[in-house]
Amino acid sequence: MISKSLDLKEDILYQTVQNAKEKEGFILLLDITCIDNLHKAHPSSSRFELVYILRHRDFLETRIYKVALMQESIQSISRLFESADWAEREVYDQYGIIFKGHKNLKRLLNHMEFKGHPLRKDYEITKGQICTYSQDLMDEMIPLLKERELELQKDNLMVVNLGPSHPASHGTIRTLAALDGETIVAAASEIGYLHRGFEKSCENHNYNQIIPYTDRLNYCSAIMNNIAFAKTVEEMLDVTLPDRGIFIRVLVGELSRIIDHLVCLSAGLLDMGAQTNYWYLFNPRNDAYDFLSKLTGARLTNSYMRIGGMTHDLYEGWESDLKTVLEKIDFGITESLKMIVGNRIYNDRITDVSPVSKKEAIGYGFTGPNLRASGVAFDLRFSNPYYFYDNFEFDMVVGSVGDTYDRMMVRFDEMNESMKIIRQAMTQMPGGEFNISDKSIIMPSKESIYGGIEGMMNQFKLVIDGVKVPEGEHYSSYEAANGELGFYIVSDGSGTPYKVKVRPPSFYHLAAYPKIIEKYQVADAIMTLGSLNIIAGEMDR
Amino acid sequence: MDVSNRHLLDEAVVTTKLDAVIDWGREASLWPFVFGTACCAIEFMATAASRYDISRFGAEVLRFSPRHADLLIVAGTISYKQAPILKQIWDQMPEPKWCVAIGACASTGGFYDNYTTLQGIDEIIPVDVYVAGCPPRPEAILDAVMDIQRQLKREEKFALRNQEFKGRLDDL
Repeated sequence: MISKSLDLKEDILYQTVQNAKEKEGFILLLDITCIDNLHKAHPSSSRFELVYILRHRDFLETRIYKVALMQESIQSISRLFESADWAEREVYDQYGIIFKGHKNLKRLLNHMEFKGHPLRKDYEITKGQICTYSQDLMDEMIPLLKERELELQKDNLMVVNLGPSHPASHGTIRTLAALDGETIVAAASEIGYLHRGFEKSCENHNYNQIIPYTDRLNYCSAIMNNIAFAKTVEEMLDVTLPDRGIFIRVLVGELSRIIDHLVCLSAGLLDMGAQTNYWYLFNPRNDAYDFLSKLTGARLTNSYMRIGGMTHDLYEGWESDLKTVLEKIDFGITESLKMIVGNRIYNDRITDVSPVSKKEAIGYGFTGPNLRASGVAFDLRFSNPYYFYDNFEFDMVVGSVGDTYDRMMVRFDEMNESMKIIRQAMTQMPGGEFNISDKSIIMPSKESIYGGIEGMMNQFKLVIDGVKVPEGEHYSSYEAANGELGFYIVSDGSGTPYKVKVRPPSFYHLAAYPKIIEKYQVADAIMTLGSLNIIAGEMDR
Repeated sequence: MDVSNRHLLDEAVVTTKLDAVIDWGREASLWPFVFGTACCAIEFMATAASRYDISRFGAEVLRFSPRHADLLIVAGTISYKQAPILKQIWDQMPEPKWCVAIGACASTGGFYDNYTTLQGIDEIIPVDVYVAGCPPRPEAILDAVMDIQRQLKREEKFALRNQEFKGRLDDL
């Protein structure tokens, strides 16, 4: 993928971004983040730099704008991009940058009693602050009602909380909804309940130590996060894995995609009362976990990848195990589909519920299955074929109207496509090395660590100093189960990253959620949330 | 029926302690409230599904209202932002009640030693069983349920539990 980074002056940012969107066709705002230059060895003239990442409408080009801030404020671009709304709020919350003209600039991830901005370099990592109450969110609800010319008392509206502790919220997500009877007339969401300080922790650990943290971003498909992170760092190091390593990554990555979709669909169907489907879809997932625990030693949080490869090779006899797993998954999907395809209850419940048009989906910053459900043919495996994806034979699954039905069915079909890829990878699996051989990146073998001084020193240096990544900044993205999972890494040349920013797909999906459930019923909102597949770990980080 | 027939009464009446009867009932009818926030909640889903099947231990009636539950299962990281909500849920549960902290995060904060994560839920509510693991396997979660069943046999039946506990959110 073509990627261009441009430095801008702060006063022309709004104009430039507007031109890029309207004239050049950069219509998808992927992420906004900030860099605090306080601890840089060569301090630049300004302390804060903002980073805007945009994608072209043909999905072949990424544009990165960097803005050095003289003051701690800049003009908001939330009028140009819907997705900038929450992205700017997060930057304000974490770095304290004021976005002028933003409608509702308040904290997003941290609680309301929090003082200071945690991702600033002078904020101590362990300094926790106790929270004593939850905000009532009426400060967001009342303007929303005013926009719609409604009043709580006069129009006899009821305000209810969906979450944060709700069985159908799939984690802790809170949505405050104003109801007219059963119909939602306005809604506001609050996130941050699972904000675990991933990005701050990254600044405190070396690159390989971060891998277990990435596991817990999207914990339904942990290996995909491992791969995305390792791939970004490897691109910065300018190394490529041997073919076998790449094939193993494709294999376990696609298996993780299937597991993720299985969890999403089984939980979503359970929410609408289809419990039998839950058993049919959850059981093969357990079989897949048996395979993964035999391979990696853990069911859920595998930490299988390392910078420059992975912990170990596939075990002897993996083919037959994996074949059985695929057969069971196939059986589960077939049985489950038998019960829902053409089923009146299923169709009536979710057809034409919360449709998202192509234009809206891009505006909201949707990626992955949710974007494809709306009919936009964008998949990084096609537009930016990394890891030999252009050599595998599989189809992109695209929906039509982007309603809850499409979002669920795209996932069902994607599992079949992933199985195709796994079967091809199994037959074509090359032999030879699976890790790169560079001793400054990958650990030496156990025999040489225990058998000689050179191997031991090699291991010692790698453990204490970490993998040294050349100075620079890099954004790389990976088609994860939920959409584009990107990492923006700033390195100062040491073994610890200066800054890591995740571009989480779920974050942008949930930002759109209160808007798309409007005019639908409470029961529809539950199904919509299930079909968007919000994973709190990657959303709140 | 001839009530004077002592032999017949022996078969129909069992004498025991009231405590033992209540224990027997409670043991096999724990109603858990699952406060699932993160990765551990996914493993709890697996525990409830057919392979591990928590109903074998009489604890499958998952209640999503704290007022109906007597076992709080905290599965996942609890952040400072989340703490008042967890505390409120615990306070809403009727006595007698028990609490299980599933996984490293709920027990100690885990490897999230940072500005946002509560360093163990026992800072705000009392915990009866801690389960190690990140996340623990479903078997470990089942073991915790069995541990609670063993513990509740030792309780004095009508006494209130955890009266002395003072958490960080209690002093406010």
